[in-house]
Amino acid sequence: MSTAAAGVAARVRPNPARLARRHGWTVGVYVLLLVLLLYWQTIPANWGSFDVQSLAIDALPLAFAAMAQSVVIISGGIDLSVGSLISLINVLSAKYMIDMSFRNALLFGLLLLVGSAAAGAFTGTLIVLSRVPDIVVTLAMLFVWAGLALEILQIPGGGAPQSYLQLGTGHWWSPWIPSGLMILLLAFAIFWLPLRWARPGLALYSVGSNRNAAYLSGVGVARTRIFAYALGGLFAGLAGLALSATSGIGDPNAGQYYTLNSVAAAVLGGVALVGGVGGLIGPIAAAFVVTLVKTILILKGVDQNWAQVIQGTLIIVVVMIGGLAIRQRART
Amino acid sequence: MSLLEARNVGKRYGPVVALESASLSVDAGEVHALLGANGAGKSTLVKILTGVIQRDGGTVELRGEPVRVSSPSRAARIGLAPVFQDPALVPDLTVAQNIRLTAVDVDAVRQRLREMDVDVDFTEQAGDVPLPLLRMIDLARAMARDPQLLLLDEITAALPSDLAERVFAVMEDWRRRGRSVLFITHRLAEVIAMCDRATVLRDGRDVGTLVPREIGERQIVEYMLGPEAATAEAHAAEVDETPLKGAAAAEAAATTLEVTDLRVGSLAGVSFSLRAGEILGVAALEGQGQNDLFAVLAGDRRAEGGEMSVTGKSLRPRHPYDAIRSGLVLVPADRLLALLPQRSVRENIAAPRYNRLGRWGPINPREERRRVASAIEALQIDTRAQRQVRRLSGGNQQKVTIARWLASGFQTLLCFDPTRGIDVGTKRQIYALLRRLADDGAAILFFSSELSEFPLVCDRVLTLFGGRITGELAGEGADEASLLRAMHGLVEEVAS
Amino acid sequence: MSAGTPQVATPAARLRAAQRVLSDNPAIALTFVFVALFVVTDIVNRAQSGKAFLTPTQVSTTFLYAAPLALLAAGQTLVMLTGGVDLSVATTATTAAFVSSGTAHDHGTGYALLLALAFGFGIGLVNGIGVAIFRVNPLIMTLGISSVTLGALTIYSQTRFVALVPNIVNTLGSSRFFKYVPYDLLVWAPIAALIILGLRFSGFGRMIFAVGDNPVACRLAGVRVWQVLLLVYALCGAFSAVAGILLVGFNDAADLGIAAPFLLPSVAAVVIGGTSILGGSGGYGGTILGALILTVLDSLLTILNASQALKQILYGAIILALAWLYARTSSGD
Repeated sequence: MSTAAAGVAARVRPNPARLARRHGWTVGVYVLLLVLLLYWQTIPANWGSFDVQSLAIDALPLAFAAMAQSVVIISGGIDLSVGSLISLINVLSAKYMIDMSFRNALLFGLLLLVGSAAAGAFTGTLIVLSRVPDIVVTLAMLFVWAGLALEILQIPGGGAPQSYLQLGTGHWWSPWIPSGLMILLLAFAIFWLPLRWARPGLALYSVGSNRNAAYLSGVGVARTRIFAYALGGLFAGLAGLALSATSGIGDPNAGQYYTLNSVAAAVLGGVALVGGVGGLIGPIAAAFVVTLVKTILILKGVDQNWAQVIQGTLIIVVVMIGGLAIRQRART
Repeated sequence: MSLLEARNVGKRYGPVVALESASLSVDAGEVHALLGANGAGKSTLVKILTGVIQRDGGTVELRGEPVRVSSPSRAARIGLAPVFQDPALVPDLTVAQNIRLTAVDVDAVRQRLREMDVDVDFTEQAGDVPLPLLRMIDLARAMARDPQLLLLDEITAALPSDLAERVFAVMEDWRRRGRSVLFITHRLAEVIAMCDRATVLRDGRDVGTLVPREIGERQIVEYMLGPEAATAEAHAAEVDETPLKGAAAAEAAATTLEVTDLRVGSLAGVSFSLRAGEILGVAALEGQGQNDLFAVLAGDRRAEGGEMSVTGKSLRPRHPYDAIRSGLVLVPADRLLALLPQRSVRENIAAPRYNRLGRWGPINPREERRRVASAIEALQIDTRAQRQVRRLSGGNQQKVTIARWLASGFQTLLCFDPTRGIDVGTKRQIYALLRRLADDGAAILFFSSELSEFPLVCDRVLTLFGGRITGELAGEGADEASLLRAMHGLVEEVAS
Repeated sequence: MSAGTPQVATPAARLRAAQRVLSDNPAIALTFVFVALFVVTDIVNRAQSGKAFLTPTQVSTTFLYAAPLALLAAGQTLVMLTGGVDLSVATTATTAAFVSSGTAHDHGTGYALLLALAFGFGIGLVNGIGVAIFRVNPLIMTLGISSVTLGALTIYSQTRFVALVPNIVNTLGSSRFFKYVPYDLLVWAPIAALIILGLRFSGFGRMIFAVGDNPVACRLAGVRVWQVLLLVYALCGAFSAVAGILLVGFNDAADLGIAAPFLLPSVAAVVIGGTSILGGSGGYGGTILGALILTVLDSLLTILNASQALKQILYGAIILALAWLYARTSSGD
């Protein structure tokens, strides 16, 4: 009853308010990022392109992981296996690329991306076929991918050709333009932008928003959900490759960090966990925010573990404020 | 020649038969009604015809050609366009995006809406558009595909009468152009006024095709319920006078709900009083403030101004709990808002008993069983599928939502459209029950989207328009014509 | 959905009947699985080393090992019944392990145990505040709390030297009486009885199911949903703390990774036990069997010399297969 009433009230609301409601959160995240960036560049004695590089290096895998998680959440699911899929791609690339030529390494990377998308599609297919909640299936897949990663590489090791590492740690044109950032933007432009406003993108949102209505509208619900997980797998693969390129090694446990933080970045970036709401621009910024908070803390001389505590607390507080904001909106 | 011919169509889910074997024939250029009590299989048949679910047996022919409707999009392609009670619009997409999602021309939909004189902002998110408007958009979208057959599944349920009129105009127009409409509704008056023929389903079978204009409401009901059941139901409603032990109402015969200048949302200052033993009706078009009124009284929303008091004690509920403590309890129209679908009938009925910390301790099973049993008996709930409430029929589910309050005790019952989407037999039982509760001393506030219910149920009727009370009628005098006038604010304010 | 061959009419009907029995009484099927798994392990063990596995000692050991997992899964069951999930149970247990072993020497065992329980309850309460009052998604809230706690514990463990585990805790976590009865049963059994009976025969138990099934309906029935959630998460924290105390007693020292391997099995045990991850149906009886099954399975895999990697993959497959089975049986009618 109260929702119907809220609907009536919303109809008479003027457009600026509606715009603020739809995009306010994303804008807010970018403002937060800007504030943090401005503060950050005042801390080191001689802040320069090197710092920009290292921020991009730190944030790149998380940004991809956040994209992977966001796509799936928008489609109404959640992927707890993102982290361990990242580990798997990470160890696979680090184990086999180490003695490859640059060209072969790239081709192998491409192959891994296809494999990673296929892995995502496999998870999605399992969810659709079994009708088991996403959270259970992806939890199970978390075990499976992590186990496989451990089977492939028991302890951190491996590596990659120098020229491949340059993709993650180098720069384009000027030292101020980290190559990682450019690759991130490229991936966003190639894999997401063409979809967003086209029918596949609308289908993705519709399935997350109201599956029944989507089906009645003629959307292939199963197909779309599998597609979302495949796209998520692709971004997770990019995150895994980015992790090898930025860290230079493969680590079967490296992905753990991304399970929570990908979800946190997605939520912080304005993707609602109920599905159907948000985009990828916000979560990318949120990934940088999350990384930057930790960077700033460590620059300020805070112990690594304290930084983790503070970072976690901040994420919780931010999400709590978000929850409170939604409650306030629901009440009025 | 018939446009659509369905023969012996059936559907079962495991052991549960949703549709036994139904046949239906719709001619070109006719408005055809599909009638039946709840659970008769109407919705199942429509879902099969529009590809939402797949039939297990039978044949479907379109203009003499057998067709396999494998999905909603396939149905749309061959000229079958449904509009369901829950509009098929995705809440987080804008109206325009929703239309693009279905690959329908946005301008064509806009044109249709203009013809119906419905004003819609296409950049609005569908989730922000009120339900009645969503249905109109859904209808316009279906028509923009220019289908041979429009299937309207309870589209007029809870639709304000002005919009319902426009739907009827569309149906009329469709018939004139030689197209057909399959129309599902619980409102028999609409059937008699609008439909050329009607097919009646009972227990998953078709029991006859008739011309509603000729045979009249009474006999249609008989068809729907089956001859024996119809008399039995009527009998039960008249004779069953078992006193309700469960209701705490009897002890509080003098209770009064007093509302003074209540303001919230679209409710712009409403005053009335409700006596014990009285059933007070609230009649209103969609969106005149009745939602807010019931939400505030039930404690689901906070008032912005005005006073409420129960037996002289001031009441300002901050949570439904506070209202319930004061004896104000809500029976919402949407049963999903009130039920625990996976739990048993017993747990559902007993649930409100444990709503406070003080009752979180051990349960007294004997006491619980006794109260639940007497509530079940009072409402004649069919408990064959009692392990999980979601397996009950809609009517039985609605009875459970009322039984909860019988078992936990109340003084004032707030019934918000309690018979929405319920079959005629159950409706009668609910009317009789409300009357008995009132006779036992309960006070009842009753809103319905079906005007014909007011004279049957109420002692007094208030009409609400633009957030204010525009009239007060005696129960017997509350016929549809005078109600409609008052609901549109056409009568000078009667002293209240 | 399954492409059945034409002649399966009778076996299919029999399978459906079996599924109905399973869905109505998961405990029967789960007990059968537990016993069968024990027998298989016995056979494998005889083939491998010539020794029997189906012995009173091994049965007793299984219960001894299963207790901490079952207690972690106890809180998890309550939380999952409300439609949530608690991914902080392992770090909460670890916290309790550190607290109980770190403070016992200076303040006495009783104080240490109470403090550990209070820490568990407190962490759970924080989770509950986030979930119930601020409406944070449980997954995020508990993962976040888990990461914060782990960071804090890392700092704590770096500043403190390894402390001694009190004798009582040690006995509770690793010894047996009457030769075969593990002491930890003395802790586990009463808690299990309390949960099983409480869920069925207390108002709070009813409200746990109700909140998981339909929070909106609960609100309209006058239930303050936040109260229920708050207490559920706090209880989950307390039960996790108990598990942590047993674990530190068993391991004889607290370390950061003491409970981590039990996190996902705690979810797995609940899922195996038949509690719906969406909330509203299930119970603790199934979870206990789930924990026992996982413990035997672990022994079997150890006997088979399976690598940690293979174990993980198998866990994943089992969760998936069982969840699939439950989904099929519940949609069957």
